[in-house]
Amino acid sequence: MFERKSDLFLFYVILNLCMLFLIFIHAPLRQNKMEPYMKEKIQMVKGLELTDLCLFTDARYTRHPSMAVIFTPFQEHPLSLEHFPSGSLLPPPPLLRSHELAR
Amino acid sequence: MNWLDKQRNILDFTLSSLLRRKGRNLALLAAYSFIIFILASVLFFTYALKREAFILLNNSPEIVVQRTVAGRNDLIPLYYENDLKDIRGVLSVIGRLWGYYYEPAVGANYTLIVPEDRVLETGTVVIGRGVSRTLDARVGDIIPLRSYDGSYMSMEVKDILSSESELVSSDLILLTERDFRDLFNIPAGYATDLTLHVANPREVITISNKIKRLLPDTRPIVRDEILRTYDAIFDWRGGIIMVIVSGALIAFILFAWDKATGLSSEERREIGILKGIGWETYDIMVMKFWEGFIVSLSSFLLGIILAYFHVFFASAMLFSPVIKGWSVLYPNFRLIPYIDPYQLATLFFLTTVPYAVATLAPSWRAATIDPDTVMRL
Repeated sequence: MFERKSDLFLFYVILNLCMLFLIFIHAPLRQNKMEPYMKEKIQMVKGLELTDLCLFTDARYTRHPSMAVIFTPFQEHPLSLEHFPSGSLLPPPPLLRSHELAR
Repeated sequence: MNWLDKQRNILDFTLSSLLRRKGRNLALLAAYSFIIFILASVLFFTYALKREAFILLNNSPEIVVQRTVAGRNDLIPLYYENDLKDIRGVLSVIGRLWGYYYEPAVGANYTLIVPEDRVLETGTVVIGRGVSRTLDARVGDIIPLRSYDGSYMSMEVKDILSSESELVSSDLILLTERDFRDLFNIPAGYATDLTLHVANPREVITISNKIKRLLPDTRPIVRDEILRTYDAIFDWRGGIIMVIVSGALIAFILFAWDKATGLSSEERREIGILKGIGWETYDIMVMKFWEGFIVSLSSFLLGIILAYFHVFFASAMLFSPVIKGWSVLYPNFRLIPYIDPYQLATLFFLTTVPYAVATLAPSWRAATIDPDTVMRL
């Protein structure tokens, strides 16, 4: 089918580019398909007045990071060290992040 | 022979040359694709999550007012509403009743909310899918909730929230105001916090400042802060993985550099013979360019496509433990694909250009080898 190796390579590249193109087609199609569910979630956020995503349910300050008291980073008591794994994935408070100081 | 034919001939030769060292080049391709796959997965995942968080939380209350006592959140008296309603621009003030419930039997935390938008009967609850999974509770089942005095309240499951909404509702238990107050002994006239709806979004900051002056023991949280929190969380999480993976990327580029500078005797002989039969330095450089191009483009395309399938079809299998953590209750959700072409372009330049430079620059030295010297070796 392919007389030269370069033909095979070009076919491979074109195939991959088509796949890449399909990704850009698939993403908006999927967004449209998921729109009713997205509306349902939006309705739930509005109706229940939710403020956070349900991602980390280990502690109250990881379940609702936007509602957590920002000036007590370790939350429980002064010598309480962080022991929830998701705490290591949450950013430190703005005061400890120098780039936030510029705001 | 025109330019295009010449390039095709060089490409043919380069592919044959790469296939002669099949094992080594396939390993290189696999390692390179894997690094791009991981980086692209992180980008796809964090961007989709950020977009979804932005769209959803853009509908959260404009201002949430908490009361703090000794640096900790406390119940807020409902008479605070009167002061807040008087602020010009405030449309409505609602007292929210919500809290956490730890279920020792399964070791999970639930979020209990008194819904404003639906009417429930006393003694009934509506639960999220995550709660249903951990308690193995279905519609009609009775779930016991331990109240403040140690007694148990039996609640009948009236409904289960849809699985499609798990990203916001997985750990929710919706119950009536009476049940909520009985469960936690919250006196009438108090709420967990207050939510404000504002007529003009541009006045939110002014209103927030007025609240701080009017009620100094409160802390108003505006919607922009909520959105910024999530931006920061996902940037931070994505950043952590990126830092770890970029170590692998740097190691890979060093490996590519090492490979290009320390040409094997076979490759030196090949270049010597090519020069001996009349190839010019320019042709050798073009060949080396094609070599880098074939490897990096193939790896990039393969890595991106696999990353897309990984994140949006396989629910980011490799990252789900990072999201789930150790917590018993975690949401099962499939992300909606949102792609940022700018991010893809950045990834392309950050991964393929360093490789091209790392392989092409040292090749110049190889291309200027004296053919006679090389062939005698």
